[in-house]
Amino acid sequence: MSAAALTSVPVAHPQRADWTPVWFLLPAVFVTAAVVLFPVAQTVWLSLYDYVIYNPDGSRFVGWGNFVAVLRDEVFWISLRHSIVWIVGVVGLQFLLGLVAALLLNESFWWRGLARSLVIVPWALPSVIIGLMWTWMYDFNVGVLNDMLLRLGVIATPIAWLARPDTALGAIMLALVWQGFPFFAVTLLAGLQTIPADLYEAAEIDGASRWKRFINVTLPSISDVIATALLLRTIWVANSLDVILVMTGGGPGYATHTLPLYAFQRAYSGMEFGYGAALALVLTVLLLAVVWLYVKRASRDIAR
Amino acid sequence: MSARSPAARLLQIELPTLLIVLFAIAPYVWMVLTSIKPTPELAEWPVRYLPRAATLDHYRELLSRTSFAGNLLNSLIIATGASLLGLAVSIPAGYAFSRFRFPGRRSLMTGFLVINMFPIVLLIIPLFILMRSLGLIDTFLGVVIGHSTFSIPFAIWMLTSYFATIPQDLDEAATIDGASRWETIRHVILPLVAPGVATAGIYIFITSWNEYLFAMMLSGQSVRTVTVALQLFIGEFTIQWGLLTAGGTLIAIPVTILFLLVQRRLVGGLTAGAVKS
Repeated sequence: MSAAALTSVPVAHPQRADWTPVWFLLPAVFVTAAVVLFPVAQTVWLSLYDYVIYNPDGSRFVGWGNFVAVLRDEVFWISLRHSIVWIVGVVGLQFLLGLVAALLLNESFWWRGLARSLVIVPWALPSVIIGLMWTWMYDFNVGVLNDMLLRLGVIATPIAWLARPDTALGAIMLALVWQGFPFFAVTLLAGLQTIPADLYEAAEIDGASRWKRFINVTLPSISDVIATALLLRTIWVANSLDVILVMTGGGPGYATHTLPLYAFQRAYSGMEFGYGAALALVLTVLLLAVVWLYVKRASRDIAR
Repeated sequence: MSARSPAARLLQIELPTLLIVLFAIAPYVWMVLTSIKPTPELAEWPVRYLPRAATLDHYRELLSRTSFAGNLLNSLIIATGASLLGLAVSIPAGYAFSRFRFPGRRSLMTGFLVINMFPIVLLIIPLFILMRSLGLIDTFLGVVIGHSTFSIPFAIWMLTSYFATIPQDLDEAATIDGASRWETIRHVILPLVAPGVATAGIYIFITSWNEYLFAMMLSGQSVRTVTVALQLFIGEFTIQWGLLTAGGTLIAIPVTILFLLVQRRLVGGLTAGAVKS
């Protein structure tokens, strides 16, 4: 940047410092500080103590003790492993299903508008209802899923999907895939709609097959949307615990424990707030890289 | 795209779309169907898909013999309160971000975005302690504040981008005509961003209406929300599926309608510019 450009800045804005934006932002900053920043600071503080809610004065400073205990905690490692399976599986399947849905909904057919509206229905629903609906469908005695699979001959006897350690996590993951795939469908569809038609025409004149056009035109054109959607969804899925809480509460045994759920369980069922806080912080640190990538992408916008 | 024959279209596009649509709505439809089945039919095996004798008994029982109607009212009050509080603080913030260039603007916006991404478990522990020491447990105010936590930062981002679509020339023209800043905002800017404000408000409303964890932690009997109340129909040994699905249907229908109204605008805000570029 030239010196002339630099010196021209004060000329363009000759006024004194304008305090107006400060007053406009103050309420938002105050509320956010009170309900987010202060609690986060407190979580950090709690994580260093052996904190018991009904006897706060009796809490002992344990320093890194909680974190050392986390690393030695077998259930932490089980939960971490489940979390990874959970994130990769759920986000991956949501993305694939969402991409297929977006490509289909980008074609023209007479009931496209209706299909576009109906596909997003799962996204609107509260997690509690999703958890309950799927629990009802998975029911061992009267569940519709067992009934359909029996009729189709896929299984010979009904399966207690949520009560078996080998099927519980997968069963919950399917419910989550259902809940979140519309997000990908809608965002990727929005991306597809920005691709100029002449790109496809040019590719077609060059003799590119449908698959080639998908690989060389479609995917590169929406790679930005894909990246943003994947990052955002990864953060959400990694943090979500209400559907599991409703469906199995983490059981049977530790079969459906994930990190946020485990942190929640220790803090509330166990009333070990210090240990729960330490677990929550470990989860946050593990997620930080993903959050950072997302924020970096999103904040390109602010630079305008 | 090269033309496909009508038969190929049907097979390659409409049929797979139909399957995906069915997958998307089947659990929802199943919930509604279950809610209108008489209790004996719920326990039939093999499963009875369509009710033999549809009934509204579960709804009647839910609304007359349980506290669900009160819970619906609580949820309505809390979600409305959260929307009003959220808009009251995020409208000025969005305006400031879109109209002023000041030091720290970028970091502050980034800060709001990062806050949106924090794990909920990180916050509920101390938020519970905070609300407890303020005596706000089981009060409308407590739950409303808890629900504002996550929606305010996102509402600010949405509103900033809506405000940014209104040309600054309009502000300047109004100022030249002698309008104060407040008059400019009220009579020129706000009417133009009204659809954006409505979307942000509805977004906060839906988030609060659907929320479960905070509501569970912060509410007791007196301000219990529908999502928390629904859980109570699950007994230790028996689950009252008729009541549960009727309750689920009553909760789901209003949010589904609201969501369908704003979904297009929401998507633009969520992907934070990636779709536009």
